[in-house]
Amino acid sequence: MTKSNYDEIMLLLCDRLGNLTNTGVQITPETNLISQLSIDSIKLLNLIMEIEDTFDISVPINALADIQTVRELAELIYKIKSAS
Amino acid sequence: MNLLEKLDAAAAARKAMLPNGVGAFGIPIEEVYSATEARIGDRRVLLLGTNNYLGLTFSPECIQAAHEAIDKEGTGTTGSRMANGSYFGHRALEREFADFYQCRSGIVFTTGYQANLGTISGLVGSGDTVLIDGDSHASIYDGCILSGADIIRFKHNDTTDLEKRLRRLGDRVKTTLIIAEGIYSMLGDQAPLAEIVKLKKEYNCLLLLDEAHSLGVLGETGQGLVEKTGLLKDVDFITGTFSKSLCSIGGYCVSNHPQLEQLRYVSHPYIFTASPSPATIASTRAALELLRKGSDLRKQLWRNSLQLYTRLGEVGYTLGPDPGPVIAAIVDSPQQALFLWQNLLEHNIYVNLILPPAAPEGKSLVRCSVNAAHTTEQITYVGDTFAKLYSKLSQ
Repeated sequence: MTKSNYDEIMLLLCDRLGNLTNTGVQITPETNLISQLSIDSIKLLNLIMEIEDTFDISVPINALADIQTVRELAELIYKIKSAS
Repeated sequence: MNLLEKLDAAAAARKAMLPNGVGAFGIPIEEVYSATEARIGDRRVLLLGTNNYLGLTFSPECIQAAHEAIDKEGTGTTGSRMANGSYFGHRALEREFADFYQCRSGIVFTTGYQANLGTISGLVGSGDTVLIDGDSHASIYDGCILSGADIIRFKHNDTTDLEKRLRRLGDRVKTTLIIAEGIYSMLGDQAPLAEIVKLKKEYNCLLLLDEAHSLGVLGETGQGLVEKTGLLKDVDFITGTFSKSLCSIGGYCVSNHPQLEQLRYVSHPYIFTASPSPATIASTRAALELLRKGSDLRKQLWRNSLQLYTRLGEVGYTLGPDPGPVIAAIVDSPQQALFLWQNLLEHNIYVNLILPPAAPEGKSLVRCSVNAAHTTEQITYVGDTFAKLYSKLSQ
């Protein structure tokens, strides 16, 4: 995995999160998934399934417990993809 | 935001969804008259929001067994089986469940919730993987979280998606548990068990099936989906609850794997809780006997279920894909669901209101649970009332 892969993940996340939420919040790496986007647990879990399929990886949902921001989510996916 | 402010925010969100103090969740039931009728406020209502599938809540056999157990053994066990010991009834019920499923052994838990919590957290742990259906009950999610295993969801009832996720696990499939449900509680649909069993065998992992809503409902003797599909021997662990068809409270796990017994020593939800009361165990044993012999009750349950499912479908409601006693009318918005729920109650019909995110895929549901004790006239009245309200839904 390279920086361009990380950027690809970040772009995908920003795009999908923008479609999932109607808050009008500009999505950046520092956007908080819960407090700013008000994304509910089911939407987040469905997004994870989509990410798993896009990158052909397994993302355990318990790994999401400490994830607050878009950047943290991107880093988790990058880490899993790099190890696969 | 401090801890109490977080609760205030959650309460505000709930109130915003249910305006004017509508008490759809945890509605006060003042009196219960029978398996099908109760009083809510000053209304005598038809109960279609219970899981009393065989209609046994007022069965004379169960009531008498509970009375006798209280007289002989008192109201409670006052502690866990590990510390306070196992009563005759606990052990008898475990044998009876094992016998019912023709399995080596069974374990009784204090609630159905704990049956999943205790079984899953006893079977898997850190470094293992659970593959769960996306529409799994909260007890399955919570059991997986408690276990510390990696939790991977597959798309609801989609075995192509399950296979894709199994493949991705590579060598980790050796320590993977697949979890599915006989009947899913939200839409009333059934797991594609034959295909799941095929994958479980192909990938050489274990399978747990939760028969909470299918016990007493599916199969000639009411074992559930395992009996309906003839796949009893292919499922490694079966869990379920006493609180639906058995009209009591508690849960079970049965298995042919001798290792099931070890759960008694590692499963916190089994060890660190009071054991079921004598009355609970006694009424459950009586109900299990009735359930096994209850093919007539099942026939009546299915007659009632098909009558309502067919009627609502003909009216135009979007329903879950499989007919059965759990009948969910899927509507376009929480407002429509609330309208339908409130108007049904005004017509003296109590059903369940299910709003996002509790309902699958952000849907809103009005869910009926049909039982064997409902009369044809009662089901007709419910169907007619739904029909009357249908045209008003989009206004």
